[in-house]
Amino acid sequence: MLECHPRKTACGVQGSERVRSVSDILDAHWREPTRLVQVLRDVQRSHGNWLSPKALTEVAAGLGLPRAQVEGVAGFYAFLHLKPVGRFRVLVSDDATDVFAGSRALLAHLAERLQVAPGHVRRDGQVSLDVTSCTGLCDQPPAVLVNGLAVPRVEGARVDELVACIEAGTPVDAWPAALLRVDDGVRLRGPVLSSMLAPGEALRRALAQPYDAQVRTLTESRLRGRGGAGFPVVTKWATCREAPGSAVVVCNADEGEPGTFKDRALLAGCADLVVEGMTVAARFTRATAGFIYLRGEYEFLAPHLREVLARRRAAGLLGRDVLGERGFDFDVEVHLGAGAYVCGEETALLESLEGRRGVPRHRPPFPVTRGYLGRPTIVNNVETFADVAVVFGHGVEAWRGLGTGASSGSKLLSVSGDVARPGVYEVPWGVTVREVLALAGGADAQAVQVSGASGELVPPREFDRRIAFEDLACAGAVAVFGPQRDLLDVVTNFARFFAHESCGFCTPCRVGTHVAARSLDKLASGRGSDVELAELATLTRLLRDTSHCGLGATAPNAWRHWLEKFPDDVRRRLRDGFTPGFDVEAALEAGGSRGASR
Amino acid sequence: MTGKLRLATTSLAGCFGCHTSFLDIDERIIPLLERVSFDRSPLTDVKHAGACDVGLIEGGVCNEENLHVLREFRAGCRTLVAVGACAITGGLPAQRNRFDVGALLHDVYVAEPGLTRRGVPDDVELPRLFDRVRPVHEFVKVDYFLPGCPPPADAFWAFLTALLDGREPALPKELLRYD
Repeated sequence: MLECHPRKTACGVQGSERVRSVSDILDAHWREPTRLVQVLRDVQRSHGNWLSPKALTEVAAGLGLPRAQVEGVAGFYAFLHLKPVGRFRVLVSDDATDVFAGSRALLAHLAERLQVAPGHVRRDGQVSLDVTSCTGLCDQPPAVLVNGLAVPRVEGARVDELVACIEAGTPVDAWPAALLRVDDGVRLRGPVLSSMLAPGEALRRALAQPYDAQVRTLTESRLRGRGGAGFPVVTKWATCREAPGSAVVVCNADEGEPGTFKDRALLAGCADLVVEGMTVAARFTRATAGFIYLRGEYEFLAPHLREVLARRRAAGLLGRDVLGERGFDFDVEVHLGAGAYVCGEETALLESLEGRRGVPRHRPPFPVTRGYLGRPTIVNNVETFADVAVVFGHGVEAWRGLGTGASSGSKLLSVSGDVARPGVYEVPWGVTVREVLALAGGADAQAVQVSGASGELVPPREFDRRIAFEDLACAGAVAVFGPQRDLLDVVTNFARFFAHESCGFCTPCRVGTHVAARSLDKLASGRGSDVELAELATLTRLLRDTSHCGLGATAPNAWRHWLEKFPDDVRRRLRDGFTPGFDVEAALEAGGSRGASR
Repeated sequence: MTGKLRLATTSLAGCFGCHTSFLDIDERIIPLLERVSFDRSPLTDVKHAGACDVGLIEGGVCNEENLHVLREFRAGCRTLVAVGACAITGGLPAQRNRFDVGALLHDVYVAEPGLTRRGVPDDVELPRLFDRVRPVHEFVKVDYFLPGCPPPADAFWAFLTALLDGREPALPKELLRYD
C-alpha cells in the first residue's frame, strides 16, 4: 500500500502567490496533522506572508489539533511569522563568509534604499528587512532570501534590480531568472559528480542482488554516513530492516551547518542519484515511504526535485511495483523546512516531519527502530544516498579504491571564504587541508574552519592534517579565512549562530549559548579578561556534558579551538582583571542625574 | 581572636530577605561565631567593610551607592559571594528594566494619585540611579553564586562551613533552589 500522495500535492512552491482559502490548503494536505508545517507554509504564502490568529484557529480546527500546539509550531520556525512582515520579506544571510563578503554593508544599503530599518516592516507594508542564518550560498555571497527564494551575489547592479522588483511589486516567481539563478558551483568532479549512471541503472544492479549480496556490497564499500557522524551505512540499514514495522527512508537535506552547500549542488545536479540511493535503501529496508526533508532556504530547489520525482514515477522507478517487481512499492515526497538549524538533527527532523516543533527526541529508542510515527526509519544525508547509488552502479572496487582506511570513497567539500575559486570540490577522503587550499586558491589562509561552526578551526601549522574520519572529520564545509580577517569575528558569529538556533528545550544550551556569545562579545569589545576565559571554559564543559542534543554539545567547538590554538590572538584582547562589559558612567547618565533631569 | 575568618554582609537593591534566611540557621549562629567574626553587616552596624575573608552580597545594583558599596566589598573581600536572585540576576527590582527610569519616576512621584506630588526627589544627597538594575557580576568579579529567593538557611550553613573547612563549596541538589 502506497502511503505517500505526491501527485496530489497541489501546493506548487512557485507561482502560488494567489490567494487560496485555508480550507483549500487543508484539503490539499488531506487534513493530515503530520503536514502541519507544510500547511502553515502554504497558508502563510497565500495570506499576506504571515499567520494571523484567525488563520491559526482555522488550521487548528481543520486538523483537529489544539490551537496552542499550532501556534507553538508556528512560533518555532524562523520562516513562519506570527506578526505581519512585509509583502516582500528580505533576509540577508549572516554567515561569516557572507559578512566578510559585505553582507553588513548590504544590509545597511538595503535599509537605506528600501527605507526600512532591519528588524522592521516598512510603514506601507511593502517590505521588511532582517538577517538570517547561513543560506547555503557561501560560494555566491552576499546572499539574500526574498519570500523564501534565494538571490545570490547581491551586489552592484543586482542590488538595483532587486530593489526595483520590490518597489514594482513584482511577485518573486516572476523576477528575472538571472537574478534568481543559483550556480551549482561545482569545481571538481569525482566518482559521484561525474557519474553518468542512467536513472534506474544502479537500482537495477541492486535489485539483481539478493539481500545477502546487498549487505556484502555495502559492507565491502565501507560506506559511512556523510552527515558528520560517519555511522556505517550497512549497520544502520540492517538494524532498520530487522526492526518490526513498515520502514521509512528519510533524506536529510536540511543542510544548515554554516558554510555547507554541497547538498545544494547534489540536489541541483544529481537529484536522480540521490533518489536512486533512497530507492535502493527502500529495497534494502523494505520501506514503503520516503521523504526528502529540504531546508526552507533551498525552496528554490523544490520544483526541480518534484519534477525529478514525477519523471521517475512515470518511468516506473517510483510508485507501485518499482521496476516491475511485484510488491516493491515506494514513493518519495518533498517536505520543506522553515528555517531551523536544529532540524538537521535527525530526531528533530522527524519531529518536524510529523508536524511539530523541531525539538530533538530522547534516544534511545533510535530512529532505526522507532522513528517517523514510531516506525523504523533511516535518516541519511543527501550525499550518502548519492554515494550508495554510485557504489551499486559503478561497483565496490572503484569506490573503496579511493580514500583512506577508515574513510572510503569520495567526499564533497563546499569551499568558501577567502579563496580564488569557491565552490564544490569532490575529493578523495584523506586530502590534506593544504591540498584543498591549493585547489581552491587560498594559500595565504590564516585559518580554516573545517566542518562548519560545530567543526574545528585549523591553524596553518595543522594544514597537513587529513580530511578523513580518522583525523579531521568533515560533513562538508571548508571555510577559509585570509590574513585580513579577525578570527574573533568568526568565532562570535558562530557563537551567535548557536544562540539563535538553540531550540530552547534544555537550559544548558538555551542559556549557555547566549552567555557564551555575550562573553565573546565582551572579549571583542576589548573589555574581556581571564574571568571571561574561565567562564568560556566552564561553559565548554557544561554544554558538552549536559546538553540534550548535539547542537549544544558541539556549540563550544565554535570558540574552544580558537582559545586553544590561537593563544596569542586571544591574549592580546585581554585586560588585567575584571572590567564591566559596559560604560558604567554612561549607564548612570542614562538613568538621569538624581532622577531629576527629565 | 586569631584563626577566625572575617565575614562581611550587605544588601544592595535587595529586601534583606536573604539576610533573614541566613539568620534562620538559628542556634547554629553560636558555633558559627566561634569560627567567624562579623565585619560590616546589618548585624553589627559597622559602616564600612575592611579587609575580610568572605563577603556576602544580597541584591542587585540599582544606583551609584550600591556600586560604591559593591566596589568596597570587592576591594576588601578575598572571596565575594553573590547571594540570592537579585544579586545573581537583578531579581524583582529589575522589573523596572523594561521602563524608562525618567518616565517611571514621573509616574510614581508626579502622575500617580495618593502620593505627595511634590515632584521627583532631587536632593543632591540621593544617589544617581542606573538606567537598568544589573546583577553584581556585571560590575565586579564574583567568586561564588548562592542561588535562591532566598537561599535556604541550610544552604548558607553548608556553604559557609565548607569555606571554613577549606573545602570547595558544592551544594546538594535539594539546597539549590531558585524560588
